Amino acid sequence: MAAVQETIDQVRRIDVEQYKYGFVTDVESEKAPKGLSEDIVRYISARKNEPEWMLEWRLEAFRRWQTMREPEWARVNYPPIDYQDLHYYSAPRKKPELASLDEVDPEILKTYEKLGIPLREQEILAGVVRPEGERRIAVDAVFDSVSVATTFQAELKAAGVIFMPISEALREHPELVRKYLGSVVPVSDNYFATLNSAVFSDGSFVYVPEGVRCPMELSTYFRINEKNTGQFERTLIIAGKGSYVSYLEGCTAPQRDENQLHAAVVELVAMDDAEIKYSTVQNWYPGNAEGVGGIYNFVTKRGDCRGARSKISWTQVETGSAITWKYPSCLLRGEGSSGEFYSIAISNGRQQVDSGTKMMHIGRNTTSRIVSKGISAGRSQNTYRGLVSAHRKAKGARNFTACDSLLIGDQCGAHTVPYMEAKNPTAVFEHEATTSKISEDVLFYCVQRGLSQEEAVGLVVNGFVKDVLQQLPMEFAVEAQKLISISLEGSVG
Amino acid sequence: MTALLEIRDLKAEVAGRQILNGLDLTVNKGEIHAIMGPNGAGKSTLSYVLSGKPGYTITGGEVYLNGEDLFAMEADERAAKGLFLAFQYPLEIPGVATLTFLRSALNAQRRKRGEEELSSPDLLKRVRELAKQLGIDPDMLRRPLNVGFSGGEKKRNETLQMALLEPKLCVLDETDSGLDIDALKVVANGVNQLRAPERGMIVITHYQRLLDYIVPDVVHVLAAGRIVETGGKELALELEARGYAQYQSEAA
Repeated sequence: MAAVQETIDQVRRIDVEQYKYGFVTDVESEKAPKGLSEDIVRYISARKNEPEWMLEWRLEAFRRWQTMREPEWARVNYPPIDYQDLHYYSAPRKKPELASLDEVDPEILKTYEKLGIPLREQEILAGVVRPEGERRIAVDAVFDSVSVATTFQAELKAAGVIFMPISEALREHPELVRKYLGSVVPVSDNYFATLNSAVFSDGSFVYVPEGVRCPMELSTYFRINEKNTGQFERTLIIAGKGSYVSYLEGCTAPQRDENQLHAAVVELVAMDDAEIKYSTVQNWYPGNAEGVGGIYNFVTKRGDCRGARSKISWTQVETGSAITWKYPSCLLRGEGSSGEFYSIAISNGRQQVDSGTKMMHIGRNTTSRIVSKGISAGRSQNTYRGLVSAHRKAKGARNFTACDSLLIGDQCGAHTVPYMEAKNPTAVFEHEATTSKISEDVLFYCVQRGLSQEEAVGLVVNGFVKDVLQQLPMEFAVEAQKLISISLEGSVG
Repeated sequence: MTALLEIRDLKAEVAGRQILNGLDLTVNKGEIHAIMGPNGAGKSTLSYVLSGKPGYTITGGEVYLNGEDLFAMEADERAAKGLFLAFQYPLEIPGVATLTFLRSALNAQRRKRGEEELSSPDLLKRVRELAKQLGIDPDMLRRPLNVGFSGGEKKRNETLQMALLEPKLCVLDETDSGLDIDALKVVANGVNQLRAPERGMIVITHYQRLLDYIVPDVVHVLAAGRIVETGGKELALELEARGYAQYQSEAA
């Protein structure tokens, strides 16, 4: 089949030039020496002017971590990581406290401009002409280990919403951070989360008080710039009773030959009747055609539906990283609470994805929904791994899971590993799974109507992921759609 | 005057097996040609070779569409130049609304021809008009393309695509297969509405039945990869009476 052959040839040719965020920003940075020790943990804590209890918390995590072993159950292969060969802290060299955006290094502002991230809220505000109905987005920009700018803070403050770098929250709202940090992902949760607890340097903190509907989308943009540096961000979002918040997260990194480590932790807490919508468009550098370079993405994301009728919804579009190890999960504790996981995971080249979710039904009448769409091309391996469990007391738990995999070419793999554990006889779990190859006949049908091969694949893939794209906020959906096309560029003839 | 389609001594094989053995055919603007023949004669192969489906190898001959070398064009270029194949078994595309598919196809063709894309409101208006003319429920436009469509709906959808894309040459591959007589009448009626002085059609069919409703100007018999007999529309009735046995024995 000529077209199949072309597809394969093109996939083989897939290369890094498609990764348009691969540039490096030339800023002077201040780095901790390589390696990990108690001294480094103290160094990070000191750089952040943290309270004593925070340092103790980190040190406890570090000591735990030293007794732990890296997990090996995921379907990913990579050479051993030398944790002593990394920098655990890197910050652009600048005044420690920034009073306004004008003090941010212009090189960094330029970086975000190149990435299309609107940081200059004053320009946005002065820009006057805004398309009708376009929503504004407040952005927290994290560059290597520190947050460089957070926009719209004043307006959010007026609504009672706290949105700031977590390092700042530790100083300004220590009681809130202390109360919730580690309450969803405990310090000893897993190897990478424990490492993060010891060395995390920044990330976003969000607190939406009771009854408040957050007036705009909140967004954090993560950028790894520095060489041989790990990024360990920590995000904590608390939605008070009856509140609502939608949070978006985007990530990119320069093209480098060495692998870079990213081990983040995200904790969400939803009280009675609160709703948190968390969306991710992950586009870390995936490495080149031979699998050289790229980000190792080991992330722990968990939401706690603590209150009755609370709701947490994860939506992710994963296109980047050399290795993805990520399972955004929900603890459904509140009676009648619900969790959702919508995922599009695209792998191409030599990427390895092991991703999925855990829905833990603990409270009564809790519901969850999982829709996962995996697309594998090139020589990539794409695994969905999921757990749905019902606790002994989780009367009336309901889950619906649909996992669909689409294969492009014949050198990639798709795997589905679902686990189900119902300890309550009233639980109803449904699971559907399909695996299909992109059909030559369907592509020819499209081409006969005038579409190019590439447009045809784009159309079929967009149809395949439609259920999930619909879950993303409008602006992100458009970006994600473009990203999907870029990720699959060169996957067909 | 240049013929709309000129096929000279066409030879083609699929999977190493020669299917077309020196086929000649000329179709002028405004004409409808029926191609009839026994199973395995090469009818569908002809439609796929003309439309450029991967997997078919041209081993001889030439084909001109409006005087241009057809085999010098990629399949999508042929479509943009006005070649349309109505599929025997139209394909399903889950998650892609029929309207989205129509817009993607039309605008892809317009871009290739250097024309401006049609805006969404204009397109919707145009598609609605056509659907009405062809007796198609506008609800079909929202449904994913061909997913869960009945045989009749799929064929009507092909007719709608044809009407929107305004091709110069339509190749209808066994359009009657899988249709009951009522559905057949509806589809044939749609096709008849698309007859035009500037447009040519090749109607490929095994049975004469379809030609009661789409009346051809010329009827050809295709056997063992060649046109073995050509006549007027009455030839179809003769074939219906005497069957294809004579050609099969000739070919053997």
